[in-house]
Amino acid sequence: MSNDSEFRTCPDTGLRIHLPAEKLMKANAVAAVVFLLIGGIFGLVVALTRWPAVHLLPAEWFYIALTAHGTDVLIVWIIFFEMAVLYFTSTVLLNSRMATPRIGWVAFALMLVGAVMANVVILDGSSTVMFTSYPPLMASPFFYLGLILFAVGALLVCFIFLGTLVIAKQERTYEGSLPLVVFGALIAAIIAIFTIASGAIILIPTLLWSLGLVGDIDPQMYRLVWWAFGHSSQQINMAAQIAIWYGIAALLFGAKPLSEKVSRMAFFLYLLALQLGSAHHLLSDPGGSMSFRVFNTSYAMYIAVLGSMIHAFTIPGSIEAAQREKGLNNGLFEWLRKAPWGNPVFSGMFLSLTLFGFIGGITGITMSVQQINMIIHNTTYVPGHFHGTVAAGTTLAFMALTYWLLPVLWRRDVFMPKMAQWSTWMFGLGMGGFAIFFMAAGHLGVARRHWDMTFAGNPLGFEYSATVYLFMGVAGITAVIGSLGALAYILYTVGTILFGKRRPDTAAPAVSDEGVEAITSYGNRSKGWEAPGSMVLVAVFMVFLVVYYFANWKYLGSVWGIR
Amino acid sequence: MSTHNTLTPPPNDWWRHPIGRDEVIWISVAAAWCVIMTFMMIYWYFAGNQNQAGEAYRISPEAFAAKADEMVDKYTIRTETELEVPVVAVPPGGDVYIVSSQFQWNVIPELKLGETYRFHLSSVDVNHGFSLQPINVNLQLVPGYDYVLNFTPNAVGEYNMVCNEYCGLLHHAMVGRLYVVE
Ligand code: HEM
Ligand SMILES: [Cu+2]
Ligand SMILES: [Cu+2]
Repeated sequence: MSNDSEFRTCPDTGLRIHLPAEKLMKANAVAAVVFLLIGGIFGLVVALTRWPAVHLLPAEWFYIALTAHGTDVLIVWIIFFEMAVLYFTSTVLLNSRMATPRIGWVAFALMLVGAVMANVVILDGSSTVMFTSYPPLMASPFFYLGLILFAVGALLVCFIFLGTLVIAKQERTYEGSLPLVVFGALIAAIIAIFTIASGAIILIPTLLWSLGLVGDIDPQMYRLVWWAFGHSSQQINMAAQIAIWYGIAALLFGAKPLSEKVSRMAFFLYLLALQLGSAHHLLSDPGGSMSFRVFNTSYAMYIAVLGSMIHAFTIPGSIEAAQREKGLNNGLFEWLRKAPWGNPVFSGMFLSLTLFGFIGGITGITMSVQQINMIIHNTTYVPGHFHGTVAAGTTLAFMALTYWLLPVLWRRDVFMPKMAQWSTWMFGLGMGGFAIFFMAAGHLGVARRHWDMTFAGNPLGFEYSATVYLFMGVAGITAVIGSLGALAYILYTVGTILFGKRRPDTAAPAVSDEGVEAITSYGNRSKGWEAPGSMVLVAVFMVFLVVYYFANWKYLGSVWGIR
Repeated sequence: MSTHNTLTPPPNDWWRHPIGRDEVIWISVAAAWCVIMTFMMIYWYFAGNQNQAGEAYRISPEAFAAKADEMVDKYTIRTETELEVPVVAVPPGGDVYIVSSQFQWNVIPELKLGETYRFHLSSVDVNHGFSLQPINVNLQLVPGYDYVLNFTPNAVGEYNMVCNEYCGLLHHAMVGRLYVVE
């Protein structure tokens, strides 16, 4: 049974927080930020090497730094942060104690040891294989072992999450159905269990192979199963970041979903298409029939895309409806203009939603078209695209949540609030710009993961046009701006934890909840529009998407016949 | 008064609340678009000239290299650069074997405009990428698999094959050439 001495009530928010869970949230969040710092520095030096005028690192260190960057940000930063989100949603939002804190610490230790182990063998030069580690390129056994330990730890946390949901239900800490945000986190956890299992299925034999205990790993089979892990991980990120977007809409505006049914169904669609995404990475590979490819890449008729497009309307829509209810009812966009743009929780959330949709979403839908993939595969278009999703989207959403969560968990005054305000804009617009210019260079043929686009000294080399160099240069500049934004975020986090003034429990709330509880209904649904401004936003999105999609078909149609 | 939001449990009858008109319209538009996108891929498969599904066969690296050597012996017309890379002119309709290995391409193919060739793409060591510039066609080369595609060039000129899958510390040195002539 829950024991009151194990809880504290947050004076700012009135939330009841289970202390053992709070410690784990803090530990996982701090680990996440530390690895964002490490991985971000690697990202910066990689970007400075790909900026032709700078070309910072020697070749070997470029490939080492790139392997470390992919591993530390995509895997370690994001998953550590997601662990904190799973603890938060299952305990704080459900007003529950957590299941087995001791196993939570075992999981944390496994993840930390695994992450450090992988970093050590990447940096000693024995595992320069990129985070995807396609065999027959072979890394040190400790690279695979590190990733496996990390994955097992994350898997344990998913089970603790499920266990906590069971406890909350049994102890009746809440009534009725799960809150929408917790439902989204549940979807993320279920996807994570499938995903991590796929990772283990492929990494364990690969570990044995690197130890000389088993014969060859089929390189194509590896790609198929590895991407069942790698791509589905992005579905975890989607579910987690969307849950966060909905959550922030409630924290800042008191928003409720336009319709619980629609929003939950949209989350549920991710589950249906869960195991199909792997094929996105095999579209220009040998093997696989056309029907296999079309069925898988479209997630069986784009049902996961449908889910995301629904959220793309319902999230701004729920904010709009809440704002209109408070009287910001003039014209199409007063609700958005008068939103708290100076608050990094909001600016981070809304920027990440917009950048994710317009940059990551539109390009992702286009490049996963079976045939169009051939004019994009493995060019800088690919990293361009996914900095629009995982950096400007997921990472920025996590940053926005941190700005809300940190004062609540640590009970300290915010460190240099002005810098926090700027950080979301710099990181979002920097990463967004980097994504766009890397994609533009990719359209013109520049290879990803490539140290020397000048092919210096190579008798068979050639020259890219000046336009390409311009794009790569601007990509370098925007990457630096993004890195400064990330640095500001990290300084904020570390500064608040270490130097923020401790808040007395009687202080005014750090987290403003002005007007948050005003919303009880949205009036009569049968008359007028609920969210006309958001309808306009998604209409603009649709126009961009359709034009860009068909422009790429046109480009494809102009190249050689290839059948 | 209940203050329900995304962070609190919904009212007990949440699944009975009607869906608003805005949402119905947007979901319908989005769903229709999803169907269009699915059919575009199927349409292009039948009507388009660019489909990289192709054919694929398992083959040992040794067997693949042997076939490529046979092609080089038969069709080499000259060599280029100090590395003496063979330029091969396979007759139209013939089989062109592209062997990728750390960190080079086996040949410089010379093709005739408008003719069709059966390209066989593979690797004899690790994964490589076949990126044909400047038309920007990109394919994954996987050891143990013979990836077969029919190429029909539509413009004369000098092209380059760039490796765009990381294949080792000299990955960036892996660049080759391809000609299309009248
Ligand atoms: C701090 C700012 C960042 C900068 C300046 C940056 C820059 C870069 C650059 C230049 C590349 C190399 C592309 C190539 O040559 O192929 C890259 C790759 C990558 N980045 Fe970032 N990035 C940043 C943040 C992030 C974040 C936050 C994530 C994910 C959460 C991320 C995930 C990746 C991944 C997965 C790769 C691919 C690695 C590979 O090809 O193996 N990056 N990044
Ligand atoms: Cu190569
Ligand atoms: Cu290569």
